[in-house]
Order: sequence, then structure tokens, then C-alpha cells
Amino acid sequence: MSPKRHSNIVATRGRSPVFAALGDETRLSLVAKLCAVQNGSISQLTEGSNLTRQAITKHLRVMERVGIVRCVRKGRESRFQFNPEPIEGIREYLDFVSQQWDQALSRLKSFVEDERPRS
Amino acid sequence: MESRIEKRVALQAPVARVWRALTDYREFGQWFRVKLDGPFVPGQVSRGHITYPGYEHLRWEAVVEKMEPERLFSFTWHPYAVDLQKDYSTETPTLVEFGLEKTPTGTLLRVTESGFDKIPSERRVQALRMNDGGWVEQMKNIEAHVSETP
Repeated sequence: MSPKRHSNIVATRGRSPVFAALGDETRLSLVAKLCAVQNGSISQLTEGSNLTRQAITKHLRVMERVGIVRCVRKGRESRFQFNPEPIEGIREYLDFVSQQWDQALSRLKSFVEDERPRS
Repeated sequence: MESRIEKRVALQAPVARVWRALTDYREFGQWFRVKLDGPFVPGQVSRGHITYPGYEHLRWEAVVEKMEPERLFSFTWHPYAVDLQKDYSTETPTLVEFGLEKTPTGTLLRVTESGFDKIPSERRVQALRMNDGGWVEQMKNIEAHVSETP
């Protein structure tokens, strides 16, 4: 019996750094916080989490690199803002719909192939 | 700007089998994760609701366009129309086409979805912000996916 292969789904998929950056619960919760507090400071963003300021900063930098978080200097302090633009781009939307199709077609593949008589 | 999605998948199953999985509304519902009220009929609206975990509150609605046996199945719909309060009927739908082709090992299925350029940008944002836990779940899937296929 040959192993099930889903890898022959050839898609027009590109790597999606924005989704990769958001694929983490800490970072998602940071986004939620940033939506609530515009110009959040590290202290504000660390509050209520079990993480250190350093760890939170690291997560913010990951999101800054893909453009969904902006860092604004205010005197000696860094303030962070959520920037939804990269998420709003049509490319990201297409990636999202594209992933849905990948998943649906994987299910279809199993659906029509798994009932074949096994040798 | 590219505004269409195209997928090709080689299925190790006869064209007739794939055709049935696509056009029998119960079979379609099983793999697409939607519970449809009745059979697909060209020119008619197909209604039902999503059964995908986390999205059960969403309705499914599509208009069947073409059913050319074992060759072409198509419908138009409003992809990820997640706001239950909003009437999407005034927006231009996208067109989904399933093309089937016999191959020595089974069936080559080509799926295209086109017309995304007509979707208002706030709709795109909404679809991406799919509320509740489904969104986080989706992010995890995507994360897993992108780390597997760099």
C-alpha cells in the first residue's frame, strides 16, 4: 500500500510571511492588545502576560519585520502600533482563500482515493 | 494584479468518481464541509450551512452555473462572507470552476476561482479577521503549512 500523498497538489502559493508572523498565540494576543491600546509601551504590552519584556520585544520585532507592527520612538521609549495594511492586501487575501482550497482539495483527494480497493 | 486562484490536483480515481464527488450535493458536502439543502441544479441557488469546525454559524450560498458531465462544474459565490448582518447580494461574486480531465492514472482536476479584484477591500479584511477561535485555529494551520513548504 502506498503512502497517501498530498504533495502533488500544485498550487500557486507563495510563502506568506505575514501569516507566519501571526501564527503564534502570543503574537496574536499582542495584536489584540495593540488594537485596544494605540501606541502601547513595552510595559503596557507585557502587563498580564507571563513573559519578560525581552521576550515581548522579540515578538514585536518579528511582527515589525513583516510590517504589521510599527515602532515609534517617543523620547527614550519605544511605542508600538498595529498596522493592518499588509493584512488588508489582496495578495494576503488570495493566500488565505488559496489555503482554504488546498485544505478542501486534500480532503477531496482522500475522499475519492481512500475508497479504492486496497491491494 | 493577479486576481485568480488556480489549483491542479492529480487524483487517483476515475473521472466518473470525481464527478460524483463534486456534483452529488451530499458527497460534495462531505469533503467541502458544508451541509446542503438539496441537489445542484444549473441556474439555481444552492443553499446550506458550513460544517467546518468553528464556522458552523455561517451559511453557504452559491449559484450553480454549468454542469457538463465529467467535464466542467462551476458556480458563483461570495467567498467567506462572514458577516451575518450584511447583504452580499449586491457584490460581484467570484466564479469557481472545476475542470476534469482523464489521465492514465485517474483524473486531473483543475480548480480556478476568479474575480477577486471586484471584492471590496473591507470584505477582504473581514474575511481575514474571521472572529472567534476559528481565526486562531486557521493561523495555526497556515503556520504549519508555511513552515512545511518554505
